[in-house]
Amino acid sequence: MPQVGFKVILLVSKVDNDKCLRCGGCVSVCPVDCILLDETKGIAIDAKKCTSCGVCVDFCPVGAFSIKKEK
Amino acid sequence: MIFKNEYDVIIVGAGPGGAAAARKCAEGGLSVLLLEKRQEIGAPKRCGEGLGLRFINHIGFNGDEGFVTNMVDSACIVAPKGKEIIATFPHDKGCILERKLFDKALCYKAAEAGAKIIAKAAVIDVLKENGKIMGVIAKIDGKSFEIKSKLVIAADGVESKIARMAGLDTKNRAQDIDSGFQYEMAGIEIKNSHRIYIYFGNSIAPRGYIWIFPKGKTVANVGIGIAGHNKKTAKEYLDEWIETQPGIKKGSIIEVNSGGIPVGGLLKKMTLDNFMVVGDAAHQVNPLHGGGIDEATIAGEIAAQIAIKAITKGDTTEKALQEYNDLWWKTQGKNLEKIEKYRNLVEKLTDDDMDILAEAISGTALLDFAVGKGETLVKTLMKNPKLFKLARHLI
Repeated sequence: MPQVGFKVILLVSKVDNDKCLRCGGCVSVCPVDCILLDETKGIAIDAKKCTSCGVCVDFCPVGAFSIKKEK
Repeated sequence: MIFKNEYDVIIVGAGPGGAAAARKCAEGGLSVLLLEKRQEIGAPKRCGEGLGLRFINHIGFNGDEGFVTNMVDSACIVAPKGKEIIATFPHDKGCILERKLFDKALCYKAAEAGAKIIAKAAVIDVLKENGKIMGVIAKIDGKSFEIKSKLVIAADGVESKIARMAGLDTKNRAQDIDSGFQYEMAGIEIKNSHRIYIYFGNSIAPRGYIWIFPKGKTVANVGIGIAGHNKKTAKEYLDEWIETQPGIKKGSIIEVNSGGIPVGGLLKKMTLDNFMVVGDAAHQVNPLHGGGIDEATIAGEIAAQIAIKAITKGDTTEKALQEYNDLWWKTQGKNLEKIEKYRNLVEKLTDDDMDILAEAISGTALLDFAVGKGETLVKTLMKNPKLFKLARHLI
């Protein structure tokens, strides 16, 4: 019997806080409210809420977001 | 830091909208608390820093204050193929501000009027009782405080969370927000430092434009606003364009800014029981040029006017505050909605369309168009068979 199964790969948005300028635009476009902005620390993404829709990637003026596999 | 545990009004966010509301409320005799999450009001800016002198006068300044770095008297609009249209400002000079100083000056006025202002005071939630807003929870000096108020005004900018916490849907749809990026540059060459420069072209700034706002002979804000899903980021587009401009390329970068510009999706509902929202948080921005200082200020003033009335009468229900909604839509919203339609048309223009338009149009017609008076532009379009199809969208 061959083994049949699925491997679930979770995609989430990741942020590079060294690039981030803390402008907060992403917070306002995120449709599921999963982005948190801290003026000093930068952006934190709630991976449980993120649907990897990519709106933040499209918006970010400095390209700080990318969609990556959840580790 | 001395502050009370109860105020008539708490305003969240000390930008132009929040400061205007705070000042007017305090002048009207209300006790006011204005909270700003940043440690320094006005910085970092997310703004090209242009504002008309008439508006500066409206707020009660002369235009010779330290926050005005430079005056401009005209705009040079550059079409994709390079055709330049010079538009002299007919009624009003433009001021290029130092936002950090300007925003503080607005707060000085508010404090003078009696408002209490606290910087580095982040509002982390709204206080609710039986589903109604009763104040805010703010983090001040590392401690959380419950501060009560009869009314909360959210003026917390494009990333506004307060309105959403309160129960208003102020989220921006992806198509309603422009991606903005800007350098403040020094040591650059500016042809005429009393003129702003606007560059159009879908290859340099897709569905948006690049701007140069001079703050002095060799200093300017050089920025870009673009819309939609693009191959490159706003920063990449601007960097590439600067590479093609020897007079700018040789300069130095003094400051880096980015931001989201809400250029659409005006809110039909901006009030709840004991709650109002103003400024960028309410998407109150000119959808064509993206300017919002004046819009936020006017909204802040209207909100304050209604707040004073409501609190004096002891009725701050949504029904009583509805007048803010109505008055804003009547005086500002209708026109902005019209400009939003203009914007939808401009976004459809190809580079060829823009080049043809640039040959036919006057600077004055363009300036009028940007503030919602498109009649002259329409007349020009009607006369030109190649542009006729564009005119239909505007009527």
